[in-house]
Amino acid sequence: MTRNAIKGLLLATSILGTAGFAQAADVTLTVESWRNDDLAIWQEKIIPAFEAKNPGIKVVFAPTAPTEYNAALNAKLDAGSAGDLITCRPFDASLELFKKGHLASLNDLPGMENFSPVAKSAWTTDDGATAFCVPMASVIHGFIYNKDAFDTLGISVPTTEAEFFAALEKIKAEGSYIPMAMGTKDLWEAATMGYQNIGPTYWKGEEGRAALIKGEQKLTDDAWVEPYRVLAKWKDYLGDGFEAQTYPDSQNLFTLGRAAIYPAGSWEIGLFNTQAQFKMGAFPPPVKNAGDTCYISDHNDIGVGLNAKGANQEAAKKFLSFVSSPEFADIYANSLPGFFSLNSTAVKMADPLAQEFVSWREKCKPTIRSTYQILSRGTPNLENETWTASANVINGTETPEQAAEKLQKGLDSWFKPVK
Amino acid sequence: MSDTPSTHDATGPIIKRPTRWHIVVFLLPAFIVYSAVMILPLIETLRLSLFNTVDGQSTFVGLANFKVLFGDERWAHDFWNALKNNFVFFAIHMLVQNPMGVALAAMLSLPKLRFASFYRTAIFLPTLLSFVIVGFIWKLILSPIWGVSPFLLDVVGLKSLFAPWLGRPNSALIAVSLISVWQYVGIPMMLIYAALLNIPEEVIEAAECDGITGWSQFFKIKLPLILPAIGIISILTFVGNFNAFDLVYTVQGALAGPDGSTDILGTLLYRTFFGFQLQLGDRSMGATIATVMFLIILAGVSLYLFVIQRRMRRYQF
Repeated sequence: MTRNAIKGLLLATSILGTAGFAQAADVTLTVESWRNDDLAIWQEKIIPAFEAKNPGIKVVFAPTAPTEYNAALNAKLDAGSAGDLITCRPFDASLELFKKGHLASLNDLPGMENFSPVAKSAWTTDDGATAFCVPMASVIHGFIYNKDAFDTLGISVPTTEAEFFAALEKIKAEGSYIPMAMGTKDLWEAATMGYQNIGPTYWKGEEGRAALIKGEQKLTDDAWVEPYRVLAKWKDYLGDGFEAQTYPDSQNLFTLGRAAIYPAGSWEIGLFNTQAQFKMGAFPPPVKNAGDTCYISDHNDIGVGLNAKGANQEAAKKFLSFVSSPEFADIYANSLPGFFSLNSTAVKMADPLAQEFVSWREKCKPTIRSTYQILSRGTPNLENETWTASANVINGTETPEQAAEKLQKGLDSWFKPVK
Repeated sequence: MSDTPSTHDATGPIIKRPTRWHIVVFLLPAFIVYSAVMILPLIETLRLSLFNTVDGQSTFVGLANFKVLFGDERWAHDFWNALKNNFVFFAIHMLVQNPMGVALAAMLSLPKLRFASFYRTAIFLPTLLSFVIVGFIWKLILSPIWGVSPFLLDVVGLKSLFAPWLGRPNSALIAVSLISVWQYVGIPMMLIYAALLNIPEEVIEAAECDGITGWSQFFKIKLPLILPAIGIISILTFVGNFNAFDLVYTVQGALAGPDGSTDILGTLLYRTFFGFQLQLGDRSMGATIATVMFLIILAGVSLYLFVIQRRMRRYQF
C-alpha cells in the first residue's frame, strides 16, 4: 500500500517535474568548476539570486575534483561537451584555453568596466588587450595576530618595518609566545607567506612587477633583494626547529595560541575563525618608513569565462554580467570570508577579520604575486625556484644576494623580456 | 652437407607430432597482460624520449633531449644532484639495511631465542604499511613541535642532540634514508632467515664436530652459504632505491627540499613529467629522465648478473 503510494508519488513528480522544467526553463546553463567546496553556496545563494532576476534561464553548478579539473575540462572542451560557463584558473592555464579558441573574448561584456586592470591581469592576453574571464575572487596577504597576546604584552599594531621587528623582539624577550608561526619545511610558506607577502612594499607592487616583465628591472636589483634581507631577519623569531615545521604545524601553533603573529593569506580566515579561541586582528605588510605608500598582494584566484562554442551564448553573457555585478560580489564575499571579490565597488562584509583585510585595498596599492604572470612559463620555473630560495634565505643556508643571483640566472636562461 | 645419413632417414618415416597449441594458448594471457602493462609503456617511454614538441608538433629530435639533460647547465645540475643523492640513498641502504637484516636474521635463527616469531612479525610489519602512513608517522615523530623524539631525548637529558633533521640540508637525506631502512629492513631479514633455515643440519653438526661454533661458525660456515641470498637482496635494493619516489614525496614533498637535498631520480622525474604548481609537465624531458633511469638500472643489474653472480660459488648438498 505504502509502496504503491510512493511509486505513484515518484512517478507523478518525475512527470510533473520534467513538465514544469520544460515549461519554465527555456535555457539551461552549466557552470564548470573545481570549487566543489562551494556547491552549497552556489545552489542556495548565487543561483537563486540570478534566476529570480532572469526568468527563463536555469543554472546548474557542476564542479569536478580540483586535481582533475584541468584535465577533465580540456577533454570536455575538445569533445565539445563542456558547459556554457567555465571557471577559470589564473594565468597560463586559462590563457592556453583562450589561445585554443575555447574561451571567448569578453571585452565588450557589460560589467567588465567594474574591474581594474590588475584584477583582470590573471585573465588577459600578455599585451593586456583582450580579457577572457570575469574576475571572481582573490586572496590577500597580510599578517594575522593574536589580539589577546598583543594586549597582555602591551604591543600596538606595527606599521613600519622597525616597529614590526621591535614587536617581535618584545614578544621574544617576554617568552610566553613564539613571536611568529612560520616554518620552512614546506617551502611555499616561506615564498608565499614571506616573500610575496612583504615583497610588494619593496618593489612597489605593479610598478616593479611590470618592470621585471619588461626587463627593465632584475631580480638582483635592490628592490627585489631587500625583501630577502628582511626575511633573513625573521629567522630569529620563528619557533624552535622551524626548519622542519610544516604548514599545518604553523596553523596549529597559531590557533592553539602558542604564537603571536601569523604571516597569512586571507583564505585562512574561515578556518581560524572556527579554531582559534582568542580574538584576532590583522595588519598589512609593514612599510619601510612611516608614511610610505603600502602595497598588498591581492592575488587573483578564480574567474569565470564563456565557452566560445557553447550553445547559449546570450544567456551565458547575462550570467557573466551578473557575476560582474556588485550584488554577486556581495553574496560571494560574505559566504566565503577570505575570498574577496575583485569588483571595484567595495563590498561590506560581516566578518570583521575579512573586513579588515579588504579595507587595505582603499589605502594600499594592490598587486599580484610577482612570479605568476609570464615569468613562470619556462624551465627552471621561477615560482618553484622562489620557494626553494626563500626557504634557503630564512634557513640561513644562502645569503639574500646569492639567492637573487641564482633566481635571475635561472630566469635569464629562457626568459625574453616582453616589450 | 655431411656424408653420414641422418638418424631420421635411417629409422624410416618421421612421426609427425601434433603442433602443441596449448603452450601458446596458456602463455598468451600472461604475455598479453605483461606486454600491455610493461613492455609497451617501456617502449613508448623510450620512443618519447627521442621526440619533443617543436612549434606545437611532436617531432623526432634524435638525442637532443639527452643533450639538453646533460649539456644544459641547470638540467645537468638537477640531474647530477639527483643521481648523487640517489647513490647516497642506496649506500645507506647497503650499509645499514642489509647488514642489519643479516644480523637480525642470524639472531632470529638462534635456537635459544624466545618470542622469535613475535620479533619476526614486529620487524616485518612496517614493510606492510603504506608509505603514506610511514611518512606521516615519521614526520610526526621527528617534528620539533609535537614529536616524541625531542621529548624522549629531553627525558634522558640529551635534548641538545635534537635537531630538526628533516629540515636541514645536510641531515635530511640521511633521515629520509633511515626512515626507508626502518620500513624495509624486514625484507632482507626474511630472505636471509629463509636462507639460514635452508642450511642442512648435517653441515652445522659437522662444523660443530670440528670445533667451529659461535661467531666463527657464522662467518665460516653460514655466511658463505647465504651469500647468494645477500646478492639477490643487494640487487633488489639497487632496483628499489633507483626507482624510489614515494617516501621522499610524502615526507619532503615534490620539490624534495630543503634546497633539493633529498631530490632523487624519482622525484626529479615526477616534477619534470607531471609538472608541479606553476611548472607545466614536460613529457619529453620526463621520458628522457625515465630512459636514463632505466639505463642506470639496466647497467646495475647487468653488472650483477654477468660479473658478480657468475663468480659466486654455490654449494649443493
